[in-house]
Amino acid sequence: MTDHGISGPATGAPLRAMLARVARRAEAVVLPLAALMAGFAVFSLFLLMQGKSPAEFFSLVYKAGFGTAFSWQNTLSRTAPLLFAALCVALPARLGLVVIGGEGAIVLGGLAAGALGVSLAGAPAAVALPLMALAACVVGGLWIGSVGALRYLRGVNETIASLLLAYIAIALMNHLVEGPLRDPASLNKPSTAPLADALRVGDMPGWDVHWGLLAGIAGCVLAWALIDRTTWGFAARIAGGNVRAAQVQGLPVGRLILGFTALGGAFAGLAGFFEVAAVHGSANASLASGYGYTGILIAFLARHNPLAIIPVAILLAGFEASSGLVQRRMDLPDATTLVLQGFVFVAILISETLYGRLRIFAPERWSTR
Amino acid sequence: MTPDLPQGAIGVETLHMTMRFGAFTALDDVSIRIAPGSFHALLGENGAGKSTLVKCMMGFYHATAGEMLVAGREARVPDPRAAHALGLGMVYQHFTLVPSLTAAENLVISRPDAPRVIDWRAERAALAAFMDRMPFRVPLDQPVRALAAGEKQKLEILKQLYLGRRFLILDEPTSVLTPDEADEVLGHVRALCEAGQITVLMITHKFREVTAFADEVSVLRRGRLVGGGRVADLSHSDMAAMMMGDAAIAEPAPRTGRAGAPVLALRAARARDRSGLKDIAIDALQVRAGEIVGIAGISGNGQMELMEILTGQRPLEAGEIEVKGAPYTASRAEARLRAVRYLPEEPLHNACAPRMSVAENIGFRSFDLNGSGTRFWLSGREMRARAADLVAAFKVKAASLDAPIAALSGGNVQRAVLARELTGDVDVLVISNPCFGLDVSAVSEIRARIMAARNAGAGVLLMSEDLDEILELSDRVLVMSEGRIVHETTAAASDPATLGQHMGGHA
Repeated sequence: MTDHGISGPATGAPLRAMLARVARRAEAVVLPLAALMAGFAVFSLFLLMQGKSPAEFFSLVYKAGFGTAFSWQNTLSRTAPLLFAALCVALPARLGLVVIGGEGAIVLGGLAAGALGVSLAGAPAAVALPLMALAACVVGGLWIGSVGALRYLRGVNETIASLLLAYIAIALMNHLVEGPLRDPASLNKPSTAPLADALRVGDMPGWDVHWGLLAGIAGCVLAWALIDRTTWGFAARIAGGNVRAAQVQGLPVGRLILGFTALGGAFAGLAGFFEVAAVHGSANASLASGYGYTGILIAFLARHNPLAIIPVAILLAGFEASSGLVQRRMDLPDATTLVLQGFVFVAILISETLYGRLRIFAPERWSTR
Repeated sequence: MTPDLPQGAIGVETLHMTMRFGAFTALDDVSIRIAPGSFHALLGENGAGKSTLVKCMMGFYHATAGEMLVAGREARVPDPRAAHALGLGMVYQHFTLVPSLTAAENLVISRPDAPRVIDWRAERAALAAFMDRMPFRVPLDQPVRALAAGEKQKLEILKQLYLGRRFLILDEPTSVLTPDEADEVLGHVRALCEAGQITVLMITHKFREVTAFADEVSVLRRGRLVGGGRVADLSHSDMAAMMMGDAAIAEPAPRTGRAGAPVLALRAARARDRSGLKDIAIDALQVRAGEIVGIAGISGNGQMELMEILTGQRPLEAGEIEVKGAPYTASRAEARLRAVRYLPEEPLHNACAPRMSVAENIGFRSFDLNGSGTRFWLSGREMRARAADLVAAFKVKAASLDAPIAALSGGNVQRAVLARELTGDVDVLVISNPCFGLDVSAVSEIRARIMAARNAGAGVLLMSEDLDEILELSDRVLVMSEGRIVHETTAAASDPATLGQHMGGHA
């Protein structure tokens, strides 16, 4: 039925080609933005039902998340773990896998870094910090890589496996920091022994934001280059687009799945490393603060494009940074931010069904009338 | 069973039926009269508008213009339910029965007025009475899963009669049947027409069925009614001429050269089938350079599994694959080194990533090649340039190289895949149903390319459910049934009746 080679009118062909290119690219920007707006709209209704003002809510979010240099620093400090957590979702997603258990890799990565940091206490930072980061990557990579292995070797659903493994990871961390790895001095909040000052990751010069932000942005750029610019990434995109086609082409689907899930887990592990080495100073239950789950929303909003993850993560970090102020000023409970994230996520999932269906983004279906 | 339904065949007539999808006219002023009790065939290429016409008649589509008369009265069909109420019914190409239920259960639950609580004793009695009035029967108490394809198709037709339909549309009803089964089913349908119980409109591609069973024929081309009449007055070449119009048909490509050394061999191969319950057992299969070995068989007899074995998607439990004398595991490096290429069936679903662009899909085979070595960094520019060359060489009609390949028509998707797989040296070519669902001109072009690959020295293994295709292309013909090769003959010595018996496992 669509067997009509469209030849554009002779005049204006370059303009048309340019429009076509813009339209094709616009889909991945316009639809998530529309979904975000739809999520905000539903959330606004939710606020109105409680007699709260949506305008006040959003202006407070702006003020507390992006209004001042101080609020920007607060937002950017929270951005680093979100960047890594979103990569843990986005990389497997390019292979068609929905991995939602990045929280587990964050927790165990942080624990590994914290525990190793304690035993490395006198070692020079230039040796100890890379080793701690590496340990976090390896543990996170093995954790999520095992999800990929279960998927490829045994056909175990990766979404459920990764979620259940996240609960196991959190329980394991609680067990270890309350038991064998506990610093006897940590009374109210069981933790590993505090890291030596030399083994703490500091702030970037002139900023009140730790190095994790730069590392996270570098991670996004690297992941983008891997997916978009290398043959490995192209092979992964083929496997994600149609695994049967990839197999017929003889592509190593199993190795791609293992590699991409492990790499995603390694990034999530790094988030744990920075939380421990730059923020908390020791591994404890604060590692399981939900960054892994917010990362899912970020990756989906960014259409699993690592470059798009950067602005989306900053936006979501701003919402998280503002939640304290919103709570106090508007007398809204802590969970309000989660409600907002939930509405946005449902809107995003609905918008996923629209890709490829809207004629305006598909130049080949523009009629030449 | 509601015995008070009006019975007997009714006539249906379309008047100036037109259907537009945006700027595209799928059906253009089609008026066809189907007399009560007649067996009417609807011929046409893929995309000629046959499906659109019957979907308008059944209420799946709302015609842009035109009307329909049922039993001489103007009828409005806003949805399929309205069509059913008028006594119109449709039998689809693929079965719509619930495999785990018995035939009796399938019949009863198909009734729109099936009660919440079913009195099976009464239903069984009613079904027995109904079956007594039918010229053919099927076992009522076995799960449908256990029925042969021909039995299932008979049950589909019985279901329509049970539901009181008096005008039946059959959409390629024999495409999943052996020739013998097809003849039997259509013979029964013909008898029902002659008895005045139903009128039939059958969509088909097979001239033989038209001549053997239909009274009248209508031919569509590009949405227009271009001919038709009494079947007795028309020869196969008349019908083919109407279907094709003035489109040039490529002559079957000549066969040149002789078969050389063996290039592909399967020995004592054993694997599980898709259900995991039965096994695939191929003791010896050999393809030589410069020959086409056709594997005929009814779908679901292990062809899909054989394709998966050869592409490395299904592990062998025993036995081995050899390509040019060396063991072969279908890795990318081996396939490249030994020049093995694949054309799986339904290329969009098995050989393409539908949402990736035309250029990217064409690049699947060569994206990691840089001259004779491999590359790490992707070159989008080279991929596009190469795709542009191949699109031109293989006449792929695509709005843009950046369009998702899913936006192309079936014929153009297959052309794009052929462009990817048939470029460069090809020593072994494994093909499954290459022309399924394509129009006649694309079919002849694609078959010519397969023949050209053979003439250039490739050993070709061709699996197809289309016996005509097997007979047209093959040098040797094998028949696959129940996961085994059950018959071998040369193309010259083969005869469809014998092949059909082997396909059905009756020989």
